Amino acid sequence: MEEIRDAVLEYVIEEYLEDEDEEISYETPLISGGIVDSFSMVSLKRFLEARYNISIPDEKASPEAFDTVNSITALVKEITS
Amino acid sequence: MSFNEKIRAMYVEQLEGIKDAGIFKQERFIHSAQAADIVVEFPAGSSLKKVINMCANNYLGLSSHPEVVKAAHDGLNTRGYGMSSVRFICGTQDIHKELERKVTEFLGTEDTILFPSCMDANAGVFEAILTDEDVMISDRLVHASIIDGIRLCSAMHDTFKHSNMSHLEKKLQLHADKRLKVVITDGVFSMDGDTAKLDEMVALCEEYDVMLFVDDSHATGFIGKTGRGTHEKCGVFGKIDIITTTFGKALGGASGGCVAGRKELVEMCRQKARPYLFSNTIAPVVVSGVLKVLDILSESTERRDKLEKNTAYWRKGLTEAGFVLKDGDTPIVPVMLFNAKLSQNISKDLYDEGIYAIGFFFPVVAKGQARIRTQISAGHEIHHLDKALDAFIKVGKKYDILGKSKQEIIEMYRL
Ligand SMILES: Cc1ncc(COP(=O)(O)O)c(C=O)c1O
Repeated sequence: MEEIRDAVLEYVIEEYLEDEDEEISYETPLISGGIVDSFSMVSLKRFLEARYNISIPDEKASPEAFDTVNSITALVKEITS
Repeated sequence: MSFNEKIRAMYVEQLEGIKDAGIFKQERFIHSAQAADIVVEFPAGSSLKKVINMCANNYLGLSSHPEVVKAAHDGLNTRGYGMSSVRFICGTQDIHKELERKVTEFLGTEDTILFPSCMDANAGVFEAILTDEDVMISDRLVHASIIDGIRLCSAMHDTFKHSNMSHLEKKLQLHADKRLKVVITDGVFSMDGDTAKLDEMVALCEEYDVMLFVDDSHATGFIGKTGRGTHEKCGVFGKIDIITTTFGKALGGASGGCVAGRKELVEMCRQKARPYLFSNTIAPVVVSGVLKVLDILSESTERRDKLEKNTAYWRKGLTEAGFVLKDGDTPIVPVMLFNAKLSQNISKDLYDEGIYAIGFFFPVVAKGQARIRTQISAGHEIHHLDKALDAFIKVGKKYDILGKSKQEIIEMYRL
């Protein structure tokens, strides 16, 4: 769990933050907070699928499920378990 | 009657919500032709006021040019008012084909297809040329109409950070397994006025066997030495696979747009693009006007040269006065204010000084990025720019933002 959480956080920082000093946590709202536009979610989905060798069905890849690092981690766990 | 009181109340509430959020858009009514000097009624019902227009896309000052107006009249007389048909049934005249040929030559592509608007071109092109085996990789700041086109297409979609070439390259590697790949960008970005790095993008696209799409709506006619667009400026004329652009801005400003590019891609649009197949042809009067515009621009670069001079003068004036601008050298010159309310107040005060310039704020631009977007035209004379500059300085002093940095303005007015 810890490992997934940190990998996701690192990816989100590198992929979406424009400003190096911006800080986000596991609970920062990404989509509703305007950091990741729902449109740019695809690359996150692709990253997760490639890294954890899973396939995330479209109905599970909702803006809600992708809204925080914690919720994304839970989703990955659910699919891998 | 199904629009009952309950339904009405729901919409009233939604509209109130837009008003409460301070993002309710109100139009100003113009009682004259489009030009540097216009006559405006604002707010609705108030007496008319002569103001200088600093926010039109009339970059070349051709919107009301006598030769263009005359050509439109001639077109109206010889080809009629409307065609009452889409292109493929009975809506294609000789002049539509002539315009497609002339645009092809002007933009340096293999072929061109007209659309009712550039919004329609962008909405239709991706679905016409891609399938779910493909991927579209777009800059994060592309125009809303491109985003709609991407949404309508079944190909996978990904984005790269604005003008960030190393991020783009990573994405090209990530999606290497896809059948077709298209990189998508604006030539000149409409909100910031910066220019895409088309030279680097062409090199990357060649290296990774990827097609390149450029929306040059804010460049066609005036960017580059002979005004052909961003590809000319970046030294990659003839190397862009798909260019979309509009006739609704610099090229006379009436309406219409096109997809210009590789001939097979253009043909795919003719066969499959839904806004082309299912929306009416461009009116003959508009086609005639645009043909004249292209003649004027092919004969002389005088207008784009004047625009370039005006732009340099305006940027220098605002910079010396102490405003924070977005860097760049295009006629889109955003005066940064960061706070949405401040941008609205300044727009209103400028209007009282006889200057028409609009504040832009979320959701049109990102939160905390509110601004007045000024747009320079070859239709402006130096006296227009001087008057506008005086007004900006007067209002800038009132709000004490001259010479202040971004940080200082944010501290004074918050985001
Ligand atoms: C970059 C860009 N593309 C497309 C359009 C749409 O052009 P049109 O007015 O021809 O639909 C605009 C206009 O706002 C634009 O700024």
